[in-house]
Amino acid sequence: MRLLTHNMLSCNIKGVTNGFPLAIEATTVETKEVDMNPDFLRHIFPKLEWKAFRDASHSLGVDDLPEQVDPDMLLDEEFLRRFHHALLEVHLEEGVLICPETGRRFPVSKGIPNMLLNEDEV
Amino acid sequence: MASRPELQAPPEIFYNESEARKYTTSSRIIEIQAKLAERAFELLALPDDGLPRLILDIGCGSGLSGETLSEKGHVWIGLDISEAMLDVALERETEGDLLLSDIGQGLGFRPGTIDGAISISALQWLCNADKSCNDPRLRLKAFFNSLYRSLARGARAALQIYPQNTAQLEMITTAAMRCGFSGGLVVDYPHSTRAKKYFLCLVCGPASVNSALPRAKVGMEGDDSGSDLDSGDEEQQTVTVAERHRPVKKRKLESKIKGRAWVLKKKEQRRNHGFSNVPRDTKYTGRKRKAHF
Ligand SMILES: C[S@@+](CC[C@H](N)C(=O)[O-])C[C@H]1O[C@@H](n2cnc3c(N)ncnc32)[C@H](O)[C@@H]1O
Repeated sequence: MRLLTHNMLSCNIKGVTNGFPLAIEATTVETKEVDMNPDFLRHIFPKLEWKAFRDASHSLGVDDLPEQVDPDMLLDEEFLRRFHHALLEVHLEEGVLICPETGRRFPVSKGIPNMLLNEDEV
Repeated sequence: MASRPELQAPPEIFYNESEARKYTTSSRIIEIQAKLAERAFELLALPDDGLPRLILDIGCGSGLSGETLSEKGHVWIGLDISEAMLDVALERETEGDLLLSDIGQGLGFRPGTIDGAISISALQWLCNADKSCNDPRLRLKAFFNSLYRSLARGARAALQIYPQNTAQLEMITTAAMRCGFSGGLVVDYPHSTRAKKYFLCLVCGPASVNSALPRAKVGMEGDDSGSDLDSGDEEQQTVTVAERHRPVKKRKLESKIKGRAWVLKKKEQRRNHGFSNVPRDTKYTGRKRKAHF
């Protein structure tokens, strides 16, 4: 799972109101290079929760994202490169996602978060 | 002949390793998935601006349908309930992220984050009460509500379904409309038992000029003998339905019905054009018919 997906995902347990962002416990992290598409980065930027994204990147060992951002930075090649890398190239392979409200743990295995809920959570 | 897969076992059981394997070995399955995904993508009608978007593949399975999205240059997230199917997607090294998730429990995406959604032959699974805790109506509602929430305003979903009968078709479309979607069904090749395909085309938000339904494909060769619904996987029976489905949006149709004056004028125009087969005008002309069958 990439941080793009992590940033869109929240805990879906019935009754949970603050299921975002899921905390990350990373066991294995992998990097897979992909071509950068600045258009997509600009398109997705306004939809991102930046703080959650930056915190999540720390959990995966990426430390070069700025704390404060504004849309002008999307013209800066260096910023785009870092943004692209953290958003789309770093993968959480093994680990756990944790609901911020209930502490419910969702295991991640082979890169796939198991978001299946138990009967009493639906 | 095998019965419909939906009647054999819950999806996470039916789509086991051997079923999942077919999605890499059967050229027929691969071709069907690719074709349906291609058509669903077309029905999504994304703006033609070359901008990559974030799309969901609902019931992404082995990632064949997702590959279509990648080919078009879009970024996608796939959800599926079957680990075996997702394992095949891993093998295939699909570009999309994968989530093990039951769409009947709702989708957990933040509001307005998703630009579109496709789904190939997955939704009819929600109509089955395969566990005592599974109420199809509640599961459809949870799914459509959460899909609506996840989609950006004006975003679309193109969901291909294999309903078992008219009742299921109505149950699915009604559930979608109740959650605030506009849109409706596009039936491709409606006269062919084998080729007939149902696409539920939804727009997030109220109907507008931009949300007109895309046109169905028609005119393909095929068996024209009935209104059977063809089913999804390889060796399946067709299931007969007694009645044809009704239009989803009845009200819309009614608003198009014209009055007596309009009918008289049209008939006059046709006579003036030299048509000899225009019925004469009587007191019945342009009168509303009683609804009897
Ligand atoms: C006909 S297959 C489609 C496969 C996929 N389009 C592909 O390219 O491989 C239907 C898929 O829907 C999935 N499915 C059925 N019910 C589901 C549910 N409740 N939640 C998530 N996925 C489901 C099945 O596991 C299966 O992989």
